[in-house]
Amino acid sequence: MADDRAPFDRKSVRAHRDRAAENIGDHDFLLGEVAARLSERLDDIKRDFARVLDLGCHGGVLGEMLAGRDGIETLVQCDLSPAMARQAAVNNRGTALSLAADEEFLPFADGSFDSVLSNLSLHWVNDLPGALIQIRKVLKPDGLFIGAMLGGETLNELRQALMEAELANEGGVSPRVSPFADVRDAGDLLLRAGFALPVADSDRITVTYPDALALMRELRAMGEANAVRSRRHGFSRSATLSQAAALYQAKHADRRGRIPATFDIVYLSAWAPDDSQPKALRPGSARRRLADALATEERPAGDKAKP
Amino acid sequence: MNEETGTVDPKLLEMLVCPLTKGPLSYDAGAQELISKQAALAYPIRDGIPIMLIDEARPLDDAGGKGADEDTGQPPPPASEEADTP
Repeated sequence: MADDRAPFDRKSVRAHRDRAAENIGDHDFLLGEVAARLSERLDDIKRDFARVLDLGCHGGVLGEMLAGRDGIETLVQCDLSPAMARQAAVNNRGTALSLAADEEFLPFADGSFDSVLSNLSLHWVNDLPGALIQIRKVLKPDGLFIGAMLGGETLNELRQALMEAELANEGGVSPRVSPFADVRDAGDLLLRAGFALPVADSDRITVTYPDALALMRELRAMGEANAVRSRRHGFSRSATLSQAAALYQAKHADRRGRIPATFDIVYLSAWAPDDSQPKALRPGSARRRLADALATEERPAGDKAKP
Repeated sequence: MNEETGTVDPKLLEMLVCPLTKGPLSYDAGAQELISKQAALAYPIRDGIPIMLIDEARPLDDAGGKGADEDTGQPPPPASEEADTP
């Protein structure tokens, strides 16, 4: 587990969430927004999901939204941080079962759930392919997974401002903002994890803050502080941070002086395989000629069409 | 999960397995632990919340001897299995 190639320090991820747990309710704008979008996606599917897992539940905001949904009989919520799991248990008392669990070591029997949902948690997982395989296994056949994670250009403005400031002040750069998955890789990851009918898409949420320091405070309060293993340990020079804030302000501030922060939310959605699902036919199994359907002349492979 | 009594909902217990081995767990209601014999680990339950983290589990080595023998793949020495203490 102490793998030097692993990009994230999971102990830090947990510690950041443990610290953020108590007041997460005051800083869960983004979590709430994405939870609402996940819940809408679930509503679009005309099917009942009796047993649902909220994987990486933070303070339980997704569970709160799912509580009244038709068809859900058992809602389980888990988080890497025991303090978050406790917070979620308090917030969803009587409607959800809570536990602490690591996305990389799921503690559920195969086929336990009809649906697994994950709200802004999987971007901190080191072994995403491994986590996806485990998610597929805890789903029943034809069970649905929808995971939202930060990706793409998330926090690009902050990343650039910090990098420029650090280069100027400290003569070098260290990773300060988590590296994120790209939506283009996501569908492939799902297929490799043995899922069927994968879909990956993304949408962008822009949030404005008074200044970059407020943004950084908010990220910490969400439990989203930097947990990149190769990050610089200890505090940054305050000169670097204030210069980054000034750069951010100069480059991006709107007329009222507020700064935007970009969050790209990557949604992964796929089904545990089942015989009832549509599948591509075997090559050569067609009963009608493509040429007939296209009302054109069929030519043997390798021959060039005449101009 | 029931915080007032600190007990775990049986529905949750029935779906839980050891996160390391994916093997079965046994529930020790007295100690409030979920025990994985295969992994020789005991996962704590705090205020009714199972903490299924390998880092937080208590290793079952010499504490009673049960369980620790089982994942060696070899039969335990016949005399020691039943005996609690010499």
